[in-house]
Amino acid sequence: MRTRADYVIVGGGISGAAIAYNLAKKGETDIVVIEKSYMTAGATGRCGAGVRQQWGTKMNCTIAKMAIEFFENAEEILDYDGDIEFKQRGYLVVASNKDEDEQFAKNVALQNSLGIPTKHLTPKQAQDIVPHLNTENMTSATFCATDGHLNPFTMTDAYYKAARRLGVKIHTGTSVEDIVVENGRVQAVVTDKGTIKTDVVINAAGGYAKQIGEMAGIDIPVFSQNREILVTEPVEPFQDPMVISFSKNIYCQQVPHGAFIMGRGDDREPGLSTESTWRFLDEMAKTAVGLLPPLGELRVIRQWGGLYNMSPDRQPIISGTDEVQGFYMACGFSGHGFMFAPMTGLLLSELILGEETTVPMDELALSRFDGKDLEAYETSVV
Amino acid sequence: MKNEDIVICRCSDVTLADLYELFEQGYDNFEELKRIARVGMGPCQGNTCAKMIQWEIAKYFDRPLEACAIKNIRPFTMGVKLQAIKEAAEDED
Repeated sequence: MRTRADYVIVGGGISGAAIAYNLAKKGETDIVVIEKSYMTAGATGRCGAGVRQQWGTKMNCTIAKMAIEFFENAEEILDYDGDIEFKQRGYLVVASNKDEDEQFAKNVALQNSLGIPTKHLTPKQAQDIVPHLNTENMTSATFCATDGHLNPFTMTDAYYKAARRLGVKIHTGTSVEDIVVENGRVQAVVTDKGTIKTDVVINAAGGYAKQIGEMAGIDIPVFSQNREILVTEPVEPFQDPMVISFSKNIYCQQVPHGAFIMGRGDDREPGLSTESTWRFLDEMAKTAVGLLPPLGELRVIRQWGGLYNMSPDRQPIISGTDEVQGFYMACGFSGHGFMFAPMTGLLLSELILGEETTVPMDELALSRFDGKDLEAYETSVV
Repeated sequence: MKNEDIVICRCSDVTLADLYELFEQGYDNFEELKRIARVGMGPCQGNTCAKMIQWEIAKYFDRPLEACAIKNIRPFTMGVKLQAIKEAAEDED
């Protein structure tokens, strides 16, 4: 175990991996990543493996589009010998009432203005893309052909392998127990395997971001919530895009190896539990078979839960803080940290090194919540 | 018999040779192997491969068997059709 490092990153999910890689690529290679379990054990490895650009805020659209452009070339950029399984077969977003349809019209106009090729479709046009879609009670749909599937495990693995080649050290099976702050500056990170002196700590702890913030005396306005998901047996390919609906509360895609994975976001108490429940299974089965009837014939083989780390406005917090010098965070992704990771890594590394950032980061700063009671204004969340 | 011909995970078609290659790359526990090679993620949920992989990890890395954790057990124990779950849920409603 190292006793000193220029940077200590807390969390071995894709955000931590992308931040480590981006800092190392800029020449800052004295980095230690601390992960209490193993690579992608938290939210990254539990996510729905989808990446989309269809958002309702300019910031989310902008960073999602740039992330997709990275994924298109990720294997080459990271010199990865595995397969990240990036398949751009689109996301079909279904509207089931007039309000949703009107919101989607605005979303499509915003997305198109930013160069995202989303189309607003009739139910019939949606059915041309997904023939087994039940269009009963469906108002319209939107479709973006460049959204798609990405393997969370291999994508993260690709980042970590590239980071390791640049000298980054990764300690799995190691828990962070405290962060030492003196005179308003980060001094050290205390782990169960020893203390690492450092000037910079980066909180990329996903579902545990609030707890890591508290160790440094920073109150981050996020909370975690269990979101459940299930997977079926693999079958021959018959559904190209991810199908999602905010009002019906479902996302569902057939992944490259043939299984369908689907999830939904029941409103439940904040907490750190990732339990699997019957309630989810019942509601998921009714929703999925209702919207995509042939899926009724598929056998569910596994279910699990993972943590969304929710921010007040459902946009990420990629930021430093005036209260503690040297403390940075990438959290509050509200279920979309996997999709945004390339930008998380790029933007946070630029911020830490005092470079001009690729996009203005005011809307991602922790200080945006100061004294304000921000309403959730990103509504495109399942 | 060649290692390339010994199938360890039938669901995801992973051979002993594949496993050794992953060991060489540093993947030394079931959870990481599962994420990279999909062992234990297929219809049998690791009921065929998990024990064999545990043995292979112990042998390759020269660790006691009990120090090699086996997979995390998650529901289901066997596949159930979504339609059957839907109907049962509707019966209860």
